[in-house]
Amino acid sequence: MQADSMSGTRLLYNLRFRAILYQVLAVGSIVLLGLYLFSNVSQKLAEQNIATGFGYLSREAGFVISQTMIDYKPTDTYGRAILAGIVNTIWVSAWSVVLASILGLVVGIARLSRNPLLALLAFLYVEALRNVPLLLYLFLWYALIVTGLPAVREAWEVLPHVFVSNSGLTVPSLNWTRAHTIIFAALVLGGVLAVFLRRHITAERIRTGKERTAWPLIAMALLIPPALAFLILQPEFTVSLPEKGRFRLTGGSQLTPEFTALLIGLALSASAGIAEIVRSGILSVRKGQWEASRALGLRDGLTMRLVVLPQALRVIIPPLTSSYLSLFKNSSLAIAIGYPDLVMVSNTTMNQTGQAIEGIAIFMLVYLGLSIAISLFMNWYNSRVALKER
Amino acid sequence: MTTATDIAEAQLKMPVRRDPGVERRLFHRTLKPLIGTPVNAVVTLVCLWVMWLGIKGAYGWLVTRAVTEGGAQACKVGQGACLPYYEAKLRFMVFGVYPYDEHWRVALAMLLFLGAIAITMVPRFWNKKLLVLWGVTIVTTAVLLWGGVFGLSYVPTTQWSGLPLSFLLSAVGLALGFPLGVVLALARSSKLPAIRVIAIVFIEVIRGVPLISILFMASVMLPLFMPSGVTVDKLLRAQIAIIIFAAAYIAEAVRGGLQAIPRGQHEAASAMGLHYWQSMRLIVLPQALKIAIPPLVNISIGFFQDTTLVTIIGLLDFLSTVRTAMTDPNWVGIAVLEGYVFAAVVFLVFSYGMGAYSRFLERRMRLGYD
Repeated sequence: MQADSMSGTRLLYNLRFRAILYQVLAVGSIVLLGLYLFSNVSQKLAEQNIATGFGYLSREAGFVISQTMIDYKPTDTYGRAILAGIVNTIWVSAWSVVLASILGLVVGIARLSRNPLLALLAFLYVEALRNVPLLLYLFLWYALIVTGLPAVREAWEVLPHVFVSNSGLTVPSLNWTRAHTIIFAALVLGGVLAVFLRRHITAERIRTGKERTAWPLIAMALLIPPALAFLILQPEFTVSLPEKGRFRLTGGSQLTPEFTALLIGLALSASAGIAEIVRSGILSVRKGQWEASRALGLRDGLTMRLVVLPQALRVIIPPLTSSYLSLFKNSSLAIAIGYPDLVMVSNTTMNQTGQAIEGIAIFMLVYLGLSIAISLFMNWYNSRVALKER
Repeated sequence: MTTATDIAEAQLKMPVRRDPGVERRLFHRTLKPLIGTPVNAVVTLVCLWVMWLGIKGAYGWLVTRAVTEGGAQACKVGQGACLPYYEAKLRFMVFGVYPYDEHWRVALAMLLFLGAIAITMVPRFWNKKLLVLWGVTIVTTAVLLWGGVFGLSYVPTTQWSGLPLSFLLSAVGLALGFPLGVVLALARSSKLPAIRVIAIVFIEVIRGVPLISILFMASVMLPLFMPSGVTVDKLLRAQIAIIIFAAAYIAEAVRGGLQAIPRGQHEAASAMGLHYWQSMRLIVLPQALKIAIPPLVNISIGFFQDTTLVTIIGLLDFLSTVRTAMTDPNWVGIAVLEGYVFAAVVFLVFSYGMGAYSRFLERRMRLGYD
């Protein structure tokens, strides 16, 4: 009896036993909580007569999505509607990332300018964007576009055939056919070929020490595939020009006010963060690096490209990743101004079917998946530019 | 052959460099960066032009063209800022639908809260007395907001709105998210695999999805998870979502601090015979949290701005009351810019203030005080 209680106490003070005990307790309480919530949910759903499961994805959606990048009509399924929402989310995020990176780079370098006026302007830009919520800016840009710009009938023609009105921006567009897609694919292929060829030639030069003129070969690798595709397919290049009709603009392609406001809002707010990241990245490269590479006889451009930028990138990439990720997640604010992104389409779906759990599960999984994909890609890129130690 | 003395003599014979004079120095310091090279001169001109446009536009809108008298009609005709709008709507924009006659209570609560924050920000006051101060502040604020005692009328949470609600959501979110975040950070750096995995999954899932999806979950899904007959206040649901979201981000900031503590500190604590919780509480966390203060302040700035998202699930926070004020039938479509500019300035003042404070803390830490 006494021995038993002794060994029980001893067991309780055994570190390994304690470690296992804590973990069992943690996992057990989470499982219990999960079971409890699950039983509540099934009871509630049964009471309220809400169907469960993902069967609704193949039913007809029956609602209109104001703008889509893939073909979608109200008679399509919920699944396709959600897919259209996903594509819209990616579309607006991708363009915002491109714009924000360019703007951020420019403003970040301007922040470091020796010209005090330029540095001051860049500083004001960054602080005005960083200290005011993105949602406020989205509402503001949207309100300015819708109320500040003229109606379609009095659309401003800012450039020939480029119209600005309160229903968005109308620009000339190419009549895109399958042949164009193939030529575009061939161009991408040529680009990939050229990159590989250049890498091979550089490796060869380093191995043999012989300098050879490489650019004609690389240019050929880049241009031959699209040229071939062009010659075989012989597509027509016709441009659809927007014209001002009596009541509306015809032809061309249109960027809606929702898309434009979201694009501007996301790109501007992210660019302020990126500017600060670029600035601290460049500042992190010591002055000695500039001086040393000048002493080696490198010109300013080459110094920037071969010495400063590779070292600055090491500092820039990790925070840049999180800034891209937060831009992507912030694109969900689209619902506030009515751009049909994934969240908004899911919300409509949830309202129609009442299946809130499935709807939220889908869009959380999609965001999670895409976030992980972006951070995996950026981590891969980061490991390429990271410091190589022995 | 040159000797050291030769060099010294040569140096003595060299003409003494003339003092360049005040004017030259002025030129070098102030004008050379502006017009040193042709490109720079062009940049300066462009910058001056942009600034001129900005100042002229802002001054014209706010002062020369401003509509100072009359009502909505005068503003509809006028081209500048509509000052009567602020006169008519300022209290609604700030306090929202909180009962009009009780506005003094929220105003007092907000003053108390901001005063407590201001005192907390001064490093000299960082001691145990702060806990007493915050205890008193929280109780007083809660009494003032809710009422129902001491002859104050009861105000339900559905009427809490405007700027006080924004402060409340972010302050409570951070205050309760902080302990949860510290626990998560400790769990994530724990040696026990099951606990570590739970923490990693929790943190990464929350950080991988947008705040809006967690708010949706709280507003749409949480009622389904509750046992039948139990309803949770809408404000409380949003608050829970914000606490959870804040905890995941705070956990990562704290983990950064934990990682900066050398292993020797843990080992020394063990050698002193402290067990895990003692060594964390007395040795590791005090050092780790100090390192994590600047990122934590940055997270606070972000959260103060992110509380605006509760607009989307239908709570009346500050941005939302500003927008509601615009839709007043008398003013609809007249004072859009006025409303947003007001809201933007309020956010700008508080966020910039906190940012400046964060930079102050970082500088102080670099200089190695305390």
